[in-house]
Amino acid sequence: MTATNEQATSGEVQTVVAARRLEHARSVFIGVGRPSTAAILARMVHNPDLVLVYESGTIGAKPFHIPLSIGDGELAETADAVVSVPEMFNYWIGPGRVEVAFLGAAQVDRLGNLNSTVIGDYDHPKTRLPGAGGAPEIAACCQEVVVIAPHSPRTFVDRLDFRTTVGFGDGPGDRARLGFPGRGPAAVVTDLGVLEPDADTRELTLVQIHEDVEVDQVREATGWDLAVADDLLRTPPPTDEELSALRELLAR
Amino acid sequence: MTEVTSLADAVAELVHDGDSVALEGFTHLIPFAAGHEILRQERRDLELIRMTPDILYDQMIGMGAAGKLVFSYGGNPGVGSLHRFRDAIEHDWPHAIELEEHSHAGMANRYSAGAARLPFAVMRGYVGTDLPAHTRVKPITCPFTGEALVAVPALRPDVAIVHAQEADRSGTVQLWGIPGVQKEVVLAADRALVTVERIVDELEPRPGGVVIPGWVIDAVAVAPGGSQPSYSLGITTRDNDFYRFWDKVSRDRDGFQEWMREHVLEPSRASR
Repeated sequence: MTATNEQATSGEVQTVVAARRLEHARSVFIGVGRPSTAAILARMVHNPDLVLVYESGTIGAKPFHIPLSIGDGELAETADAVVSVPEMFNYWIGPGRVEVAFLGAAQVDRLGNLNSTVIGDYDHPKTRLPGAGGAPEIAACCQEVVVIAPHSPRTFVDRLDFRTTVGFGDGPGDRARLGFPGRGPAAVVTDLGVLEPDADTRELTLVQIHEDVEVDQVREATGWDLAVADDLLRTPPPTDEELSALRELLAR
Repeated sequence: MTEVTSLADAVAELVHDGDSVALEGFTHLIPFAAGHEILRQERRDLELIRMTPDILYDQMIGMGAAGKLVFSYGGNPGVGSLHRFRDAIEHDWPHAIELEEHSHAGMANRYSAGAARLPFAVMRGYVGTDLPAHTRVKPITCPFTGEALVAVPALRPDVAIVHAQEADRSGTVQLWGIPGVQKEVVLAADRALVTVERIVDELEPRPGGVVIPGWVIDAVAVAPGGSQPSYSLGITTRDNDFYRFWDKVSRDRDGFQEWMREHVLEPSRASR
């Protein structure tokens, strides 16, 4: 095993923690960036049978390298099946066949709703973001959602500028009212800790903090009055196996 | 009947100012060569339709070819922003464009309805988000179960343009790898142009191959490397370095225009 004498960065911890959530999952839907890295890492160290599904239509992709785009050639070449976009959304995502969805966002609110459309006013935005992509239907239909986002007050906001994707909507019962088959956000994994929805209110609550992170630091990085679980956990640090696998993957 | 023709002639005949034009290819098989030919022929006021505008529409928007954009994800995949797309929306440069934005599922269903010549598609989606207030979707009730669903209007572009690996001499096209919405957009449009890497005497069946009969395609043009910096699986590879490079080139208006002049507008047509 490669020696991992350097301490893990907060980004590495975030990736490792996200990967751990896939230990027992059958399938995961992923976009590019850290979610993709985490899912590939999960296949390497926790769950070699994990089925990676990318919205480009590649089901069961087994990338050796971290893809830059969701449609890199390696994904199609290694997939169990490659399907069209209408088939991906209508036959695979819509019926909830994919267990976990890893999503990112520019803004997250306390009920796990996401904005990836605009900062500012829709018609005259301060910042135009890419837009919805597959996220609204993925978050509605996959069995559970894990949001992966950097922890800052710009990202964790009291009020979204635009609701692109529904987490728990306006509160308990909203997902059922909207007819969503999936359970919604199970966790938000950040570079500081992990938030999970409260069982009753559905409000995102700090349940876990990473090594060397203080609760006040997480509160300051959150744009609302953050609830903290009584039995707050401390993230077990990345193991040598996790960290060396991640570094080896990033170096490929 | 399909004509195997030059790209310049095909664009001249099929794409007109003010048309709604869908140049599709979901990360894979993006018809860059055809889009660049549209720019050289200075088409204007186009309604550009594409699920993922990608670098190609960033270039077309930045060069002022677009009057309207219909899309679902306007980012540089894995890299970040599309700067010309953002500049047009945030600062009306080079001019204001109208937007119609959907989710991927919505766009895919709209193309499917268009291919089927149905007026709309039914799906679960959009509800609970801010999208319906800004786009064309309507609630609809299932006549059998009473379930509340969403209707999205069919997409029927004037022109569809896609890239594929190969065609035979009758203009029947085969593509493989990520199929995106290539077949749907060709069948949804009034006119269709397919650019291909090569013409072959006989199409050899490929695993996952999508075959589109020549008689639903108006023109086939040979454009080797015509999907670069996207790719044609088995023939070219995605130029990921170019996607990163574009992030720098496209940030600056002057630098962008100079790059487009040098690499897209000025290369002589004789060499194509």
